[in-house]
Amino acid sequence: MLSHDTDVSTALARRGVTRRQLVKFCSGMLATLALPNRYLAQVVQAVGKARMPVLLWLQFQDCTGCSESMLRSSHPDVAEAVLDLLSWEYHEVIMAGAGKQADAVLNRVVNEDKRKYLAVVEGAIPTGEGFCTIGGRSAMDIAEKVCRNAAATIAVGACAFDGGLVRSAPNPTGALGVHEALPGLKVMNMSGCPHNPANTAAALVHYLTFNDLPALDQYNRPLFAYGRIIHDQCERRAHYDAGRFVVDWGDEGHRKGWCLYKMGCKGPAATFNCPVVGWNDHTSWPVRAGHGCIACASPRFWDTMSPFYDRIPSVPGFGVEASAGEIGLGLVGATVAGVTVHGLIKMFKPVPKPAPRPEPEEAVLTGKEK
Amino acid sequence: MARLVVDPVTRIEGHLRIEAQMDGGKISDAWSAGTMFRGIELILQKRDPREAWIWAQRICGVCTVVHALASVRAVEDALQIEVPENARIVRNLIAGSQLVQDHVVHFYHLHALDWVDVTLALKADPGKTSQLAQSISNYEKSSAVYFKGVQDRVKALVGSGQLSLFTSGYWGHPAYHLPPEANLLAVAHYLEALSWQKDFIRLHAVLGGKNPHPQTFLVGGMSTAMDPNEPFAVINPERIGFLRDLVRGARKFVEQVYIPDVLAIAGFYKDWFTRGEGVGNFLSYGDYSSGDQKDPGTYLFPRGVVLGRDLTKVHPVDTAQITESVSHAWYEYSDGDKAKHPYAGETNPKYSGPKAPYTFLDVDKKYSWLKSPRYQGLPMEVGPLARMLVGYAAGQKEIKAAIDGLLKHFDAPASVLFSTLGRIAARAVESQLMAGHLEQWVDELDSNLAHGKVAICNTTRWDPGTWTSASRGFGWHEAPRGSLGHWVEIEGKSIKNYQAVVPTTWNAGPRDSQGQRGPYEASLVNTPIADPDRPLEILRTIHSFDPCVACAVHVVDARGRGYSVLKAG
Repeated sequence: MLSHDTDVSTALARRGVTRRQLVKFCSGMLATLALPNRYLAQVVQAVGKARMPVLLWLQFQDCTGCSESMLRSSHPDVAEAVLDLLSWEYHEVIMAGAGKQADAVLNRVVNEDKRKYLAVVEGAIPTGEGFCTIGGRSAMDIAEKVCRNAAATIAVGACAFDGGLVRSAPNPTGALGVHEALPGLKVMNMSGCPHNPANTAAALVHYLTFNDLPALDQYNRPLFAYGRIIHDQCERRAHYDAGRFVVDWGDEGHRKGWCLYKMGCKGPAATFNCPVVGWNDHTSWPVRAGHGCIACASPRFWDTMSPFYDRIPSVPGFGVEASAGEIGLGLVGATVAGVTVHGLIKMFKPVPKPAPRPEPEEAVLTGKEK
Repeated sequence: MARLVVDPVTRIEGHLRIEAQMDGGKISDAWSAGTMFRGIELILQKRDPREAWIWAQRICGVCTVVHALASVRAVEDALQIEVPENARIVRNLIAGSQLVQDHVVHFYHLHALDWVDVTLALKADPGKTSQLAQSISNYEKSSAVYFKGVQDRVKALVGSGQLSLFTSGYWGHPAYHLPPEANLLAVAHYLEALSWQKDFIRLHAVLGGKNPHPQTFLVGGMSTAMDPNEPFAVINPERIGFLRDLVRGARKFVEQVYIPDVLAIAGFYKDWFTRGEGVGNFLSYGDYSSGDQKDPGTYLFPRGVVLGRDLTKVHPVDTAQITESVSHAWYEYSDGDKAKHPYAGETNPKYSGPKAPYTFLDVDKKYSWLKSPRYQGLPMEVGPLARMLVGYAAGQKEIKAAIDGLLKHFDAPASVLFSTLGRIAARAVESQLMAGHLEQWVDELDSNLAHGKVAICNTTRWDPGTWTSASRGFGWHEAPRGSLGHWVEIEGKSIKNYQAVVPTTWNAGPRDSQGQRGPYEASLVNTPIADPDRPLEILRTIHSFDPCVACAVHVVDARGRGYSVLKAG
């Protein structure tokens, strides 16, 4: 079935991974990515590559929650990701080296692996002076150097996406998300507070397999993760349709798992795949744990979706599936002015066919349609 | 006399810079600087106090949970809300599991590489490693075949030339003393712990919806509705069973892996029982109540202050004695440099450091985004060591027995606790204590469920119409890294002022107006450095505090506020 079966197996064996483990892992990836099974061979081969791509993970105005979230990844677990999938050479929170030895890694990779490595950014980037320096250099300076020379840049979490909490009013430090701090740079955004590692891992595997990023929405977020409204996937949805609501914390409806809409749940206004993918190895997600959704993957959610306990003004009729574009428009107004249902249609198109390996320059991700 | 700089200090949370003056192979003076600022308290102003915890929790994603807890407690204090017993138990479970998980991750993933040379694991004999493992623990993964498998994985990594996270370590540094077998054992458990931590923290997914940043706190209680008969209740008998499995697994991992490893590794580095001492003053607000959260007598970790390394006396805590100085921090006070109580908080961020890129900070002036908290004008160390020392001095039975056992194991006097290794040992001891208590809380929850006692949220003050026109409150928590306090002032339906004084601010803060060093700075003085190009010794002591700098740097308030000091707590 695999044309380079032997090579892949050898490469895997060298890393102490059995083929069986790999296929299991890759199948899980396909499920998250919503790719048909016929891609399995390709994913297996890509993951088994002899030389692993280098990944640099930068942290700026962050809380390290997105790094911690990555550490909670289950499929692959973080050991698989950092030992078998990628050469994870810079990540301040867990890397071995410090100080100038750490700095030397950044410089070496940027110079020697230009346009071949992946950059991940966690945290916002301040425009005000002195608010974030590492090794005496400003966050902006480091981001410019590392992201502009990367094959692709992935912004994880709300802060790297659009400035997140750090940028919320009154934005004391002039913080921005990566794509605004570095104009013109194409960035794949994995929004959320924190990002869900199941999605980020899947996007990474997609990149390793097809040398391109998955189909993206109007905010450059992968459609497989951000294309559907939470309310439409919610396990409490039947209660909403039947008019059964929690009206007081701990009341009968709350104990029976009824709809949290009246307690301020933002699920009808949020797109994300929490209800399907869940958190912490599919164990749960906030609505299952009895609290409303805060729409943490939505643009500028801290300012546009709060107060979090206020009921959202109107939700389209019972049982009618509205599009993310329509709902988002009602709530966040101008922010989503450019939204059309175009993004949704794109999502339901067949996944991009595996393209011939592009030149490194072209590997810079785009939200373009195939 | 050379100036050493370590920036970024890695394997910590946040952006920390250490500058150290070298004199004759030793550190003669040191400066600790936080180099990132966000300003979360300013962002919190004018928002709904019921959701302050959702925002405050994002102060830190490593110490996730802890700011949420301190925040709801502060607002509950202001609004005079008592939470139901079940809420107290669930909060203890969430916070206690956070403490255990965080300490294990700290030891293996943030600290161990200061003591363990990964590359030396290649020289180990898997058979002898197996014997070593079986001599210190009953943990079942201890066969020669198992260790051979781990060694092969390390071999493959090194052979590939792509060392990933291990690419930039200080391998071969003369200060690494472990025999190859102990290195292999530690590497194996580094990987085991990586896998264990993500499994165990599913407890937060059950009781919090997700981790990091669980989402089930409420002002008044928790959103984890309980019902013995409802399959969709967040806490029901089936979930209780799952929680019990998780906490038993945690206890096993702590007792059979973490504790034996700490004891074994510490045994090869006993000289670090006399290094990294710090300021000698220790503060604990106390926490983990078995009844009334306001009664310190009910706490698992007692409240108190130990001054000048004197373990014969525990002083009471009066939070009105807390002040913060900005004389070496990049903030301005409108009336000079006089230190202020958090309720009188007045902070304007004003960066006056060198323009980036820079080589050195001007440490005679302002040099950090951290303020300098002081208690009665004195620098205080907070964290596991402070808690264990306060508990030991206070004669808390469990803590005293555990610490005495530890000292007996090393045949050492209590004075060895004031050290780099003392911090590591105290963290392990309290993890074991906490891991032992988690199941008890699951049992209490189970019992309440069985007796139909399901109240978990007090909603009498949920409606802002029931609030007085103005109120203020103090909420605290003994977080993994130490004493955490949130101060909130509410006016009408929104937050007027919000302040947090955080563990790492206590430990990592710069000098105050009297020139007194903070605990990090004090702990580094006199440390010998074998190779100034690879200052492993600095990492050892700084990591022993478990820095969390995003937590520490965040305090901001509008200019010109002048509140009177309120005695809280």
